[in-house]
Amino acid sequence: MHFHKYEKIWLSFGIVSLIVFLSVVGVSAFSQNHTPSGGMDTIDPEKVNETAPFDNPGVTQLDEDTYQVAIVALAFGYNAPDLRVPAGKEIIFKVTSTDVVHSFTIDNTKVNMMVVPGRVTTKSYTFDEPGKYLILCNEYCGTGHHMMSAEIEVY
Amino acid sequence: MIAQPERKIALWHLGVAYTAFLIGTLMGVLQVFIRNDALQLPAWLDYYQILTAHGVLLALIYTTFFIFAFFITGMSKSLGSFGPKVRLFSWIGLWVTLLGTVMATVMIVAGEASVLYTFYAPLKANGFYYVGLALVIVGTWISSFALVGHYMVWRRNNKGQLSPLFAFMTVTTIILWIIACLGVVATVLFQYIPWAFGWTDTINVELSRSLFWYFGHPLVYFWLLPAYIAWYTIVPKLLGVKVFSDSLARLAFVLFILFSIPVGFHHQLTEPGISNFWKFLQVVLTFMVIVPSLMTAFSMFATFEISGRQKGGTGLFGWFKKLPWRDVRFTSIFIAMAFFIPGGAGGIINASFQLNEVVHNTLWIVGHFHITVGTPVAMTFMGLTFWLIPYLTGRRFTKRMQRLGFVQIITWSIGMLLMSTAQHVLGLMGAPRRTAYSGYNDHPSAMEWFDGIISNHVTMAIGGTILFLSAMILMYIVIMTMFVSPKAETPEQMVEFPLAESDMSHTPKWLENWWIWIGIAAALIIIAYAIPLTHMIQHAPPGSKGFITW
Repeated sequence: MHFHKYEKIWLSFGIVSLIVFLSVVGVSAFSQNHTPSGGMDTIDPEKVNETAPFDNPGVTQLDEDTYQVAIVALAFGYNAPDLRVPAGKEIIFKVTSTDVVHSFTIDNTKVNMMVVPGRVTTKSYTFDEPGKYLILCNEYCGTGHHMMSAEIEVY
Repeated sequence: MIAQPERKIALWHLGVAYTAFLIGTLMGVLQVFIRNDALQLPAWLDYYQILTAHGVLLALIYTTFFIFAFFITGMSKSLGSFGPKVRLFSWIGLWVTLLGTVMATVMIVAGEASVLYTFYAPLKANGFYYVGLALVIVGTWISSFALVGHYMVWRRNNKGQLSPLFAFMTVTTIILWIIACLGVVATVLFQYIPWAFGWTDTINVELSRSLFWYFGHPLVYFWLLPAYIAWYTIVPKLLGVKVFSDSLARLAFVLFILFSIPVGFHHQLTEPGISNFWKFLQVVLTFMVIVPSLMTAFSMFATFEISGRQKGGTGLFGWFKKLPWRDVRFTSIFIAMAFFIPGGAGGIINASFQLNEVVHNTLWIVGHFHITVGTPVAMTFMGLTFWLIPYLTGRRFTKRMQRLGFVQIITWSIGMLLMSTAQHVLGLMGAPRRTAYSGYNDHPSAMEWFDGIISNHVTMAIGGTILFLSAMILMYIVIMTMFVSPKAETPEQMVEFPLAESDMSHTPKWLENWWIWIGIAAALIIIAYAIPLTHMIQHAPPGSKGFITW
């Protein structure tokens, strides 16, 4: 099979770029912990309200620098009372659903989590700026999907 | 001209394709006005029904029927007339696919299936919606096997020879399609249908999502490869040259069989139940598919330059001016290719693991697929429609129609540029996709999204309106060339099927040994999916019962 000289240059350039891209993504992911939200924990979708931490949704301080926020998503809202967290501290979000698939997405941040019934999605995030952030659902969940929102206050 | 029976089968496919196109684009223009708060739907119709119909009719039905019309015509042209069995099964395939389409559409219109074309469980549509979708797949398989049968007869009669490039590429696309469908067939047959009819109580949600995306990503290559076939085999003829390299064209296509399937997790990067290792592995495999696309880009520009220089273009870029810009069959496809440059680059962003969090399920994604399937693929199909219908009907493609063709592709480009740019910018700011009109109780951040010069509802609505006008011009051209335009009487008036010559003398034979490519593809699929899917089944949480939330 004959490759034109220019095609060899073009493909080498392309393949080297791909390797560079993937290395940047991979190193950032696995050595600096920049991984997308996820997690392997499971939960009975019918017993969410009796299962920790969702039996007591909202903000819990774990230690001096870490807070946990447990949220239950359901059509068409979030069971997450009194969402106030400090800036500059690690916040661990844990979200699950009692019905269909939703998302837990905080505007102007990298918190963008798919919420799947039977699963617990986890994401660690540190807010830099205080303010009131809009939380919304960006996965279609029914007639009221575009009304599904909440707010988190960062102080 | 190809045999009359094949012309009839192909024209029926085109008729269904353009009926779906008409309804689908109408649903599209309604959406931009609802999102704009300029339009209130009557009580019996809601936004998500329209959105479901728009997605199903354009992304699944228009594309599939058009692709088979193109394949049937091209296979008859390059391998000779169909035998009676191939004809019979092509018709059965058409009717089964159509029956499934009608069934699914009725369920959507009846409000029994506002689950969008991704139908994520545990949203539970009427069981007949899933049966309809299954029939669509089964129908395409019947049509596929008819074409493969035709190909096998040719291979038997031409022992030791490589098949013509068009047939090779068609078979590649069909192999890709059949392997891809296994995922959606498994989930619909074994998960959704028993659950929707009440034979099982619950469904394993994460497994159903993963099987859907095992299908969902190669689906986009099923749309793209027929466009690539046109780029490789039709465009050189329009330029008056041969295919740049027969062997590299074939190599690019078999690489798509290998690398377009084991990549579905890149649609699931922000969800639980799949560990980071497997997500990242599939990200790496996703990037591999860029290689055959780079090869295609090289071939295209090489073809352009060779043709331009033959016509007397000189200097570094002089050849560019010599391209046949006045030929709407060429210009349409050239614009389609140009749109694929930002489209492909956006795809690299989307698949880049953690970077996906910035854009996942925002309007950016909507912008992305409108400049991939919505323009590079759709406008290539438009560029083919201009000659394919008159070729099949034996009518003329008149000067007036050619001028209208230019108006159509230029308006489509402008409309798409406005709409998709607005969508990309809005998505980067955080505006979600798949939503009816919403200001989130006038939350200041939501208000901010729509304040920009480009990022506002007006730009999107203007773009959408221009697109709809363009679609209606295309419908006019389709109807005219199908039923009204004068019959071609002299050889000059006859519309040709522009199929380029391809020099196969240096093409290695192993490229057409399908078992090699199917074997490697199967190995890659097992590597990428076996362990995470087994884990999903063995460590499944209690399943979900169904919900009807619309």
